[in-house]
Amino acid sequence: MKINREYFREIWQYREICYFFVWRDVKVRYKQTALGALWAVLQPFLTMVVFTLFFGKIAKMPSDGIPYPVFSYTALVPWTYFAGALTNSANSLVGHSHLLTKIYFPRVAVPASSAIVGLIDFAIASVILVGLLLYYDMPMSWGLLAWPLLAVPLLILALGVGLFLASLNVKYRDIKYVIPFGIQLLLFATPIIYPSSLVPERYRIIFMLNPLSGFIEAFRSVVLPSRNFPLESFLTSLGITIVMFAVGFVYFRKTEKYFADVI
Amino acid sequence: MQSDHEERVRKNMGQALALEKISKKYTIQVGGGSDRFGEALLKALGNTFGLRHRREEILWALKDVSFTVDQGEVVGIIGRNGAGKSTLLKVLSRITYPTYGTMRVDGRVGSLLEVGTGFHEDLSGRENIFLNGSILGMTKKQIQARMDTIINFAEVERFIDTPIKRYSTGMKLRLGFSVAAHLDTDILFMDEVLAVGDAGFQKKCLNSMSESRKSGRTILFVSHNMAAVESLCSRAIWIEGGKVQEDGQPTEVIQNYMGIYGRQQLVGNELADLDRFKFVGTGEMRYTKVEFLEVDGSPKNIVRSGDTVLVRLHYMAYATLRNPDFNIKICNEMGTYIAIFSTKQAGIDTPLVVPGEGYIDLEIGPLTLVPGRYFLDLTIAPRIGGSYELYYGLVDFVEFSVETTGRFFSGIEEKKINSALVFFPSRWDLEGMNLVPGQSA
Repeated sequence: MKINREYFREIWQYREICYFFVWRDVKVRYKQTALGALWAVLQPFLTMVVFTLFFGKIAKMPSDGIPYPVFSYTALVPWTYFAGALTNSANSLVGHSHLLTKIYFPRVAVPASSAIVGLIDFAIASVILVGLLLYYDMPMSWGLLAWPLLAVPLLILALGVGLFLASLNVKYRDIKYVIPFGIQLLLFATPIIYPSSLVPERYRIIFMLNPLSGFIEAFRSVVLPSRNFPLESFLTSLGITIVMFAVGFVYFRKTEKYFADVI
Repeated sequence: MQSDHEERVRKNMGQALALEKISKKYTIQVGGGSDRFGEALLKALGNTFGLRHRREEILWALKDVSFTVDQGEVVGIIGRNGAGKSTLLKVLSRITYPTYGTMRVDGRVGSLLEVGTGFHEDLSGRENIFLNGSILGMTKKQIQARMDTIINFAEVERFIDTPIKRYSTGMKLRLGFSVAAHLDTDILFMDEVLAVGDAGFQKKCLNSMSESRKSGRTILFVSHNMAAVESLCSRAIWIEGGKVQEDGQPTEVIQNYMGIYGRQQLVGNELADLDRFKFVGTGEMRYTKVEFLEVDGSPKNIVRSGDTVLVRLHYMAYATLRNPDFNIKICNEMGTYIAIFSTKQAGIDTPLVVPGEGYIDLEIGPLTLVPGRYFLDLTIAPRIGGSYELYYGLVDFVEFSVETTGRFFSGIEEKKINSALVFFPSRWDLEGMNLVPGQSA
């Protein structure tokens, strides 16, 4: 399976199918729930409350002088998006097996739309962030405008890993069980609960191999004007992300012709 | 149906499709188990130490299939179940890839392997038209432009903004077919999708298909409905054992095909040597033979409308099974279920079946089906609610025909009779009429 102009032209031709998948998921997402889209806010918000209680108040986790709720929420919003986008896209092919065996369309539309859908929740949860900043009387800067832009590399990372896991999942359903476990571990390997300043210097390189670290730090820095943009670690993360996306995409493309036979 | 492909066809008359030695291999794992990391690991270990723990069976679903189709041709693909028709259609539709061979397609392609692909239960009829249309390859603009005609064609105007989980099965199928019927591509691949809905709607679908034949689009469709193939297609291809057995005039091909598989199945359908992949289920218990008998147990050579029929289902049990549910469905050529018989639903206990052979008799009487060809769906299922795996399921394989009889039917207006499904035991009573005897017009 080649990745050439022909292929991208086909993706362009079928772009609307991706749009309709996203549209469907948005429409269906909170159907028959009492709280509706409030769930988009509740998930990171309640996690923030719990974290503040346990890590902020009880464990007295340092947060670089920022109120712990703001500190953790700025990380939890992108984290919730990433975890959801990764899980959904990794499980998306199996969840759409019925479509894959009945009709042709560029298969990448399925994991891609699954990764994109979460951006809506991300946007809603981000609005609460502004409310939180106002509540804690924190200064706001123009840097905040970069907040939505930072979701783009996060999307690429989630999709890259998601494409890889989704293709594996077609053949090995073990992936379904690996993902929640892996995400749980990743939560602790990423500076969400704690600031990255807490990580000893000699472990820094290993720490930065997790591309989420650079991104989460970047998210924090644009919200809190007191912090400098972590350019070095952000670029490192971006580099790793591009490599991971390329690997995921190529693997997906290589395996996709067997999907309908194996799934 | 207004279409922009007519112009494209006029501009470029020629070959629409060319297949060159298309072959498709499937590897079937015999001995159960699914793919797991552990299995892969074991396999790698096994290879290292020269162990073999699982047998693999290779199946050529298609073998060197070559043919070309000109633009504007309507080709019917016929053949028995498991002959490779569906695999061919999947290869053509690019759902699966041929192991060997090349394929060239010229023009925009649409494929309909089922009706209502991608429907979401929680979305309304209108929303599902968008979703399904886009999955079939229509653009949002095209769908919007055709929205009203699609809704009218499906006859669901009143419920169009209701979630389709509230729809009846028939309504869903009509909605799905309606979207499909408005798909406007140069080439169309279809799989038995005509076999849906009620008789009236089926007629409408057949009409819409012959319409698109007139408009010069290329159609390939797989069907068991010989009548439809004969009347709609300009050419028929008979697939047998993954190869093209015959390719030519529909009337001739169908005649030859029916000559081999048509009548012989009436008495005694041998199922014992059926390949494993043709039926579904665990296979712990299987049907080995279906016989049509007279009530006294003697062979029944011909089944007529209104006859009492004894259906003897021979089985083979490979394990001790508690209370299996024997289940038969009768459906007509259009795929419409007409009747269902089940020991479970009838409240019949079949307490403990021990391994070995046996048979169970089902007496149907009178069998008031209108004359025609019918298929039996045969299943044996564990008698537990919820989700479970069948012991055995065989669809569309056993067929029988019902012949005309004077009992319900004097021979006048035969065509009208065929669009009905069943006769009921009935009697006309003229007592209340004022009639002058012997004055027939």
